This record gives sequence, C-alpha cells and structure tokens, in this order.
Amino acid sequence: MKAIGKKQSVLPGFGPSLGYTVFYLSFVVLIPLSALVFKTASLSWSEFLAAVTAPRVLASYRVTFGASLLAAAVNGIFGVLVAWVLVRYRFPGKKLIDALVDLPFALPTAVAGITLSSVYAANGWVGRYLEPRGVKVAFTPLGILVAMIFIGLPFVVRTVQPVLEELDHEIEEAASCLGANRWQTFHRILFPTMLPAILTGFALAFARAVGEYGSIIFIAGNMPMVSEITPLLIITKLEQYDYAGATAIASVMLLASFLLLLAINLLQKWSRRHAEQ
Amino acid sequence: MSITVSNVSKSFGDFHALKGIDLEVPSGELVALLGPSGCGKTTLLRIIAGLETPDTGNILFNGEEATNRHVRDRQVGFVFQHYALFRHMTVFDNIAFGLTVRPKKTRPSKKEIREKVHTLLKLIQVEQMADRYPAQLSGGQRQRVALARALAVEPQVLLLDEPFGALDAKVRLELRRWLRRLHDEIHVTSVFVTHDQEEALEVADRIVVMNQGKIEQQGTPSEVYDRPATPFVFDFLGNVNLFQGRVHEGTAKMGGLVVETPEHAGTRNAPAVGYVRSHDIEIERIPFDTASLAAQVHGVVTVGPLVRVDLKLPGNVEGIEVDLSRDVADRLDLKVGELVYARPRKVRVFTDDYVI
Repeated sequence: MKAIGKKQSVLPGFGPSLGYTVFYLSFVVLIPLSALVFKTASLSWSEFLAAVTAPRVLASYRVTFGASLLAAAVNGIFGVLVAWVLVRYRFPGKKLIDALVDLPFALPTAVAGITLSSVYAANGWVGRYLEPRGVKVAFTPLGILVAMIFIGLPFVVRTVQPVLEELDHEIEEAASCLGANRWQTFHRILFPTMLPAILTGFALAFARAVGEYGSIIFIAGNMPMVSEITPLLIITKLEQYDYAGATAIASVMLLASFLLLLAINLLQKWSRRHAEQ
Repeated sequence: MSITVSNVSKSFGDFHALKGIDLEVPSGELVALLGPSGCGKTTLLRIIAGLETPDTGNILFNGEEATNRHVRDRQVGFVFQHYALFRHMTVFDNIAFGLTVRPKKTRPSKKEIREKVHTLLKLIQVEQMADRYPAQLSGGQRQRVALARALAVEPQVLLLDEPFGALDAKVRLELRRWLRRLHDEIHVTSVFVTHDQEEALEVADRIVVMNQGKIEQQGTPSEVYDRPATPFVFDFLGNVNLFQGRVHEGTAKMGGLVVETPEHAGTRNAPAVGYVRSHDIEIERIPFDTASLAAQVHGVVTVGPLVRVDLKLPGNVEGIEVDLSRDVADRLDLKVGELVYARPRKVRVFTDDYVI
C-alpha cells in the first residue's frame, strides 16, 4: 500500500479517498452491525441459544430462507428469460416492458404488499380463479413466495441483461459452423457465459428476499409456525421490549445471509475462473 | 471441394452489398477476396459459409446445390477476425468442441478426440498450452487456436474473414506465411478475405479483387499485379501515379509524357489517364531521352528499404511519388528543391470510360 501511495499516480488523493471510504463504511455499515453484536452479547450463551432456537424462531428461519431461496431460483430462471427476450428480440412496446422491470425497485414495499394481497385474495383478480381450484396464495406461505419473486425479479434481469448484450454474435456463429445445434450452443456456450451474472442476480435477489419485510407482511397472513417471517418476528420481539432477543435473532440472520452470500461468491469465482489473469 | 457462386446478390436495406457475383473456386485452391472495406467481400464469404442467405443466386459445393443448406451441414470451417473463441473453455475444449457436439453415432471416442486435438495442437505449435484459457494467450496464438478449432471437424472448405486483421504487423507476417505452408500441407479449399494487398499477393494462389459489390478482376497474384484490368485494380494494388491527358489514334499525350498505346488505336481524341507504379519510375540528373520529364524534388523520405521521393511536375498538380532502392538513392543523393529528370518505365493508359 505504501508503494502505491508513494508512487506518482495520475489519480491523486489515494490517501484521503481510502480514509474516507473506510470512515464511511464504518459509519454506515460497521457501527450499526457491531451494535447488533454488542446488544446480543448482553445475553448469556444459554439465553442466546434459547432465544435463537425456540421452535417459533426455527420455523420462521425455515419460512424466510426457504422461500427466499425458492424465489431467487424462480427469478434465476424467469429473470433470465425476460432478459433474453429484452435483448434478443425487437417488438413494439419493448422500451415500456424494459422500464416495467424496474418497477419493483421503485415501488414502496407496502404498496406492493397491499396490491399483491388484494390481487391474490379470494375475491381478487387472480385469487378468485385460483381459490376455487384449491390454490390459496394470499395469507399462506405461497403468498410470501409471490411477494419475494416480485421484489427480486429486477436483480436477475438487470445483471444478466448487460452480459447478454455484450455477448458476441460471432460466438454463436462459430458454434453453429462447428456443427452445434441450438440447444448445444445454448447449454455449452451461452449458459456458461451467462452463469456468473445469473449467480450474481440470484445472490442479490436472495439477499433482498431475506431482508424483505414491507411487502410480505401484508400478504403472508403471519401465522406463527406457518407463515411468519423472521424479520416480522424481530419486530414482534422489539414491540415486546425484548431488545436482546430481537438482536440475537437478527445476528443469526446476519450470519446465515453472510455465509450464503460467501458461498455464492465462491461459486461465482469458480464460474469465472477463465477470466482470471 | 470446389465452390461455385452463381449470380449472387445481397442487399441490406438500400445498400447493395453484392451485385450479381459469379465466382468459381477450384478444389484445393487458396483464394483471396481482396477489396476495400464495404466492397462486399465479407458478405460474400458469409454467404458461402451459410451465415447469410443471398437475395438471389446460388451457392454450389462440388456442383451440388447448397444455397439452402444450414451452416451446420455445410462442413465449412470459419475463422473470424476477432477469433470468436469460447472464453470459458480451455484451448483443448475449444478445439475439441466441434467433435464433442456430434451426434452419438458419429462422435469419436474420448481417446480419439484427445489424440486428434493433440495432433492439431502440435500443428499450431501451442502444445504446452492445452489447459490455458483464451484470455491467457497472445493474439497470434488465439487465431491459431481458432484455426485449429475450425480444422478439427475436417471441413471441406476453410473460410477466413480477415484472419490477421487484428494482429500486429510482425505476427501478421509470420502467421500468413505459416498459413501458406499449412495450406501446402493439407490442401483444403480455402477462401480468405483481406483488405491488405500485400497479404493477398503473398499468400493466395488466386486473387479476386472486389469493389462496390462487384468483382473487378480475378487471376493469379502476378496477373492482377502486372496486368490490372481496371484502373481500380491498378490503384488498389500498390502505389500508383496518375498522368492526365488525351489519347488519339494509339498515341497518348499526358503532360510531357508521350506513350504509344496500340490498344487504343481506334480511339479518337479521348481523355485518358496514364497509370505508373511508383517503383516504375527512374530519376536521373541528365535526361535519358525525349520521354524524360523535368521535375523538381519536393521531398525525400526514407521508408525502411526504400526511399520515397516526391516530385513536382509542371502541369501535374498532385505531383508524383517515386520509390527508389536505397543504393540508387545513395548514388543520386537528391536534395530538396533540385531539378531532375523522371522517366516512367511502364505506363498503362486507360481511357476515361473507367472512373475510379
């Protein structure tokens, strides 16, 4: 680091900008997170274990992480499809659809939640056709999944889109000249090229789903043990002035998310091993 | 396998890329499609490969109709200017790709594929790099891998689109000689596209010069260079000087330059242009004969083995360029501003119905 600082650089101000970066990250990210850990530390080990492994809490982990993974996977498939269509084809209204993809980013989550639950409720536009067929979406874990898919979609589309746009048409022509059919070209050439971006999109969609609160609580039904997500449980604990319990659960979520993101990052690194050096 | 292109036209919107092209590529030949950018040469190559479909006309392989045959089934090897290697695959997997995508029935065994790839790696002289990724190779190595990948499927025809265009000068020179030697070994019918006349002259058995969607001339390198059929070909292959004038009953008078042109014996007082290559002009201090032109030295630049002399002639606004060898230039020791005499050795006169 010293060497970089000492060398005459075309971009001056390495020292101050690094200092600023570290300060900013500490202020915005690290301090709140460490407060979380300190607050949790006020519990004894056995109290901590009891708080984070209560059956109701365990059930909420299952719902949150399970639904998040599933939602991210669904987005991983359909988000790629949307990106593919937006990049590869020209059709009227393409710009509009392209803009619509960003809507879940911009919409206040509570609005999304209320809208989704009214659409999927027994008397809603979609719900009235699903419910007679025995598919209950609103106020069930399925509703959680729907909300998570809704908010996660742009992440996959927006990470895969630029990669697809950059993809050289000649690569496909080369594969075709070598005798590969469309399917072989897709699964041996195109898919591996997109995979790092898909994984990034998956990770982002997953992280967003795990942390989502606003849109889910409206559609989830929030039944303990069945459709109660962990963030809601944390709020419940806070409302009961159980700050230590809330932070204990929060720190478990933090750890789990961190580990999952780490795993996805490693996977990503592996999938782009060819770009190294 | 021989290739026949008959009456092929292709337009992109209002732009006519190809206008009724007829071309015959005999089996085993190495043919260069030469022309400036936008002349349609790449479009023609892509139509032969099946990557584009012609608006009219036919492509025949070995006399068999192949216009509507899919790229997959044409058995062509295509080499792209920017390599188009599969970045996420190693060199080995890139070369093996064409073999591994074959249907189970015709696919060689793993062992056969490995042997085949190693033979090709030896041929392209990158044996120790089988496990590297394209990003870890130099440009020249990447293009050789792309060539090996195309050759792995044993194509009937090898098509190369500006294969050396993205490489630096030295590598380009090395690689095109290597391509020539390779072709002498494997004799696969090959067509390559280039805008570099030197490359075409050095590598090809036959050159097809194209301009504005049409073929201007085709022939062996010495035919097109020594006997250009049109002013365009003359101008495109090598440095050329123009002398404006008129031709009347077999005699062309262009400034002070008088040339007998028996081929224009029937022409009566028509505008004409004399074409002289820059290395076909001699410079002396005393006039050789009446054909010598008085000129003033305007500039002297040494370009590697040659010395380029700019001369100003009375009545010739553009001036002319003369390439002298180093020893001739040393003997003359020309100074800027000095008066000399220039004598064109070979003049080709075209009347004005040709326009560049």
